[in-house]
Amino acid sequence: MTSSAVREADVAAPAAASAPPAGRGRRRGRSDLGWALVFVLPLFAGIALFYLWPIVRNLWFSFTEWGPFGDSEWVGLDNYIELAGDATMGRAILNTLGYTAMLLCGVPLAIYFASLLNRPGLRFANLFRTAFFLPYVAMPAAISMVWRIIYNGDFGILNYALSLIGIDGPSWLSTEGVALVAVALVGIWISLGFNLIILSAGMKGIPVELYEAASLDGATRWKQFTTITVPLLTPSIFFVSVMTVIAGFQVFDLLYALMGTQNPAIDKTQSVVYYFFTNIKTGDNGYAAAIGVVILLLVGIFTLLQFRLQKKWVTYV
Amino acid sequence: MSKRRVGARESNTIAYVVLTVGSVVMIFPFAWQLIMSLGTNADVISVPPSFWPSEFKPENYLNVFDRVPFLSQFWVSVGITVIRTVGQLVLCSMAGYAFARMYFPFKGVVLALILAILMVPPQVYLLPQYQIIQGLGWLNTVIGIAAPGIFSAFGTFMMRQFFMGLPPELEEAARLDGANQFQIFWKIMLPLAKPGLSALAIITVLWSWNDLLWPLIVATSAESMPLSAGIATLTSGRTITDYPMLLAAAMMAMAPVLILFLIMQRRVIDGVAFSGLK
Repeated sequence: MTSSAVREADVAAPAAASAPPAGRGRRRGRSDLGWALVFVLPLFAGIALFYLWPIVRNLWFSFTEWGPFGDSEWVGLDNYIELAGDATMGRAILNTLGYTAMLLCGVPLAIYFASLLNRPGLRFANLFRTAFFLPYVAMPAAISMVWRIIYNGDFGILNYALSLIGIDGPSWLSTEGVALVAVALVGIWISLGFNLIILSAGMKGIPVELYEAASLDGATRWKQFTTITVPLLTPSIFFVSVMTVIAGFQVFDLLYALMGTQNPAIDKTQSVVYYFFTNIKTGDNGYAAAIGVVILLLVGIFTLLQFRLQKKWVTYV
Repeated sequence: MSKRRVGARESNTIAYVVLTVGSVVMIFPFAWQLIMSLGTNADVISVPPSFWPSEFKPENYLNVFDRVPFLSQFWVSVGITVIRTVGQLVLCSMAGYAFARMYFPFKGVVLALILAILMVPPQVYLLPQYQIIQGLGWLNTVIGIAAPGIFSAFGTFMMRQFFMGLPPELEEAARLDGANQFQIFWKIMLPLAKPGLSALAIITVLWSWNDLLWPLIVATSAESMPLSAGIATLTSGRTITDYPMLLAAAMMAMAPVLILFLIMQRRVIDGVAFSGLK
């Protein structure tokens, strides 16, 4: 249906192009309706079919319950009521928030490393940048393999290193409570490079004269960092924080690949997206759809909150 | 002055030390994975840990082909990555150009609808997307995995921002010469948009190659999975007995993108920074 609509519009396009603009075109009285259809419609048809329509449909799904053969019936708010009393969902939300909070701890770390990388006269900056960026381009599902070995309770390198200083480390990825921290550390390890690049680009935009003036006034490096770098970098820090929160709420790959479906700690460590995935795999599509809507609300609330709070600490020059 | 320079060099020493330690933490898992993928299972699980194989076993890499349909998964990954990247480059640059430079009714509304998707987490549309793919009979096919990702709200927005930043004078001149919109787009704007296009291509390749959740939902047979899903299902939910083989498989799955990154690191980093600043 959609493809025929596309074709029709393509055929109609030249005709529309030769039609007079009918006074609607702004600036030079020009309206590009015909060409605009050719340029925008292929994309918009796909967006409408694969994104806009599914969003509407998902909302509808969330009010239904699915049988084993793909049949579904309207159950009103049942899914949401069930979700409200679902302890697993509550736990998943807490885990997701905790994971996101830990991921945010990587932002100050990235600011610090970016400030080091932007030191005047620093050599090998490109080499360092490449090293820090490497985890970001690696496939999470694949690099998780080696982290599972590093974190292993019996023969992992981490526990071996800890044993050298007299600490008996846990089985990191299968111990409740610890597992989320272990996963978040890998999350930080992956996102550091991205944050670093964005913040580093932001730092390059700060005029050198400010630092020169400050050092003539005898300001120490630390003083310069806190009074010039950080305040002028707040737009980039804000952007990176928003991206981190969005990524934190989406955590799935790492949980799936690091912990795995049979992990004894996964039930108490799973994120909302993981819980969504579990419900899809068991065919509880209506319930999964409702979880999707809750994720949307959560992301929406927190993004809105961040934009509200931004007025308090972000300085735009 | 000279005193200050000495002082500056002194404190840069700390920077070198911290950055080197940081770089080691970043690189170590890759290096250790590569080394252990060439060793024996005993090497991987030895305590204290070994950092060099007791016996070189490059055949671990060959064993991957016996245990996993690696080649078919590799081609699925290549297929979805190429389809999505080419599709996005064509569709996003065209739509982005139209949104930046053309005048047509409901432009603002259409753009707002597209941008709204950026705010919506993928879980909200995955299930209906799955049904569409199922309805088309595309489950377990390359086109089915690739399809929704051909259309990108983010890419469109990024290309629009890029075209907005280009000076309009060139187009005006071409228009006076009688060029139509498509000629202007194709011959003048597209060549100017190379930095934007390369940034879009890079982030699409990265995302597409590493994407996991969607392929896990639409591809259920091992042969039809891309490498990301293949590796994840290989290790998830089972006891691992042959670590070196799995490390080798993971290494091979990551390798194409890692090599691409190392060859064009400058461009990749700039591309990602560019996409982040728009």
